[in-house]
Amino acid sequence: MALEDICRFKDRHHKWFPFSSLEDTDTSLYMMDYFNLRWRGLRTSEKNSAIPLDFFTPPSANSASFCLPNHSTTVRRPFPLSHGTTTLGFIFQGGVIAAADTRASAGGLVACPAVHKITPIHSHLVVTSSGSGADCMLWERILTREIRLYQLRHRRRLSIRGTAKLLSFMLHPFKGTEVCVALTLCGWDKESGPKLIYVCSDGARLQGDIFSVGSGSPYAYGVLDGGLKWSLSKDEAISLAREAVFRATHRDAYSGNNVDLFHITAQGWSQRKREDLKEEYYRDMEKRSKDRRGKIKRE
Amino acid sequence: MEYLIGIQGQDFVLVAADNVAASSIIQMKHDYDKMFKLSEKILLLCVGEAGDTVQFAEYIQKNVQLYKMRNGYELSPAAAANFTRKNLADYLRSRTPYHVNLLLAGYDDSDGPGLYYMDYLSSLAKAPFAAHGYGAFLTLSILDRYYRPEMKLNLKKITKTGPK
Repeated sequence: MALEDICRFKDRHHKWFPFSSLEDTDTSLYMMDYFNLRWRGLRTSEKNSAIPLDFFTPPSANSASFCLPNHSTTVRRPFPLSHGTTTLGFIFQGGVIAAADTRASAGGLVACPAVHKITPIHSHLVVTSSGSGADCMLWERILTREIRLYQLRHRRRLSIRGTAKLLSFMLHPFKGTEVCVALTLCGWDKESGPKLIYVCSDGARLQGDIFSVGSGSPYAYGVLDGGLKWSLSKDEAISLAREAVFRATHRDAYSGNNVDLFHITAQGWSQRKREDLKEEYYRDMEKRSKDRRGKIKRE
Repeated sequence: MEYLIGIQGQDFVLVAADNVAASSIIQMKHDYDKMFKLSEKILLLCVGEAGDTVQFAEYIQKNVQLYKMRNGYELSPAAAANFTRKNLADYLRSRTPYHVNLLLAGYDDSDGPGLYYMDYLSSLAKAPFAAHGYGAFLTLSILDRYYRPEMKLNLKKITKTGPK
């Protein structure tokens, strides 16, 4: 995608995308003009209408007079969407931990038990996703593309805060529509160290030390708030994150299956092997029965 | 619910905001800054819908700074308040209205201190004291009872880290 754009590959399939017939290409290049990327005298709007940029203009934003007679703006849903997930991220002395469950639910059905909710964007940034699965996958891909383009154009990597702001501004035209993404950017900046920023399709953009998103987040917050300290060791932090996701999946019906864990340091991200929470549950049961046996013995 | 308060004195305006950024029942941040510096003598406090607050406030902030760059002098607080209100009003009947409640506090070298109350329907009022949020129901009556225009600022009680 990025290579296509940088080589000014002309995309001929405009007819599939009604928005490309917009007279005023300024609105479709909302993101481009905002950052004034008019490089080499050529306006990007004149070169090619690469698919994702046209896509930025939702049906109802900006152009009051614009009307799409043939395109139906609402597609009937085949099943009810629900935003079941548990994702979390926190910063400690050893870097950033990002953890998430792997269940994709559609109403009461487990649509997929092995989804990747944490996606790397570049070597020092991963993003955890929650909300609508399709929206998240698309916006992660768009974000990866834009960050790569920025890196190619400006010969430096965009900071995590800049990435979050870019994502927030890209999502803003879709506020009020059914786009639902809640992403947590977990990364390491060369200049300013570990960063954790929550970006949501509502427009919220919050930087903090600990975030948990999704239907299982209250349960995860309970465990994290109780056990999180700056001085945790790497193993303690990983086990805390795993415990938090486990407790959330235990109580929340829409989270479960496995837990993915990423650890981000100055050297980049590293992924832990995906762990089945079933094992965690049996370990927990073992521990409880051992405690109970110990208590009975003492009494 | 987010809370803002502003009190104007003879030669100062005192503003305060809570530090919570909440998402339904979860407090996502407890050290969130709701104040936006428009210029050395103007402060904008903004609460309301999640993305709208930052988007709108930053838009106003950048435009006020742009004015200074273009014209060489800063906007007065009254002008900044009216500019903000005009933008809010323009967006009100568009497809994307901004649901934000604002307090603008400023000090004009010729007119003195000014506190401007704005709400999401883009009403603008220069007031001696004002508040937003559920807390306003509780504090406005206290301010009505005890406010005096000649109140003095007790600087000893307010340190750099905030009121004690």
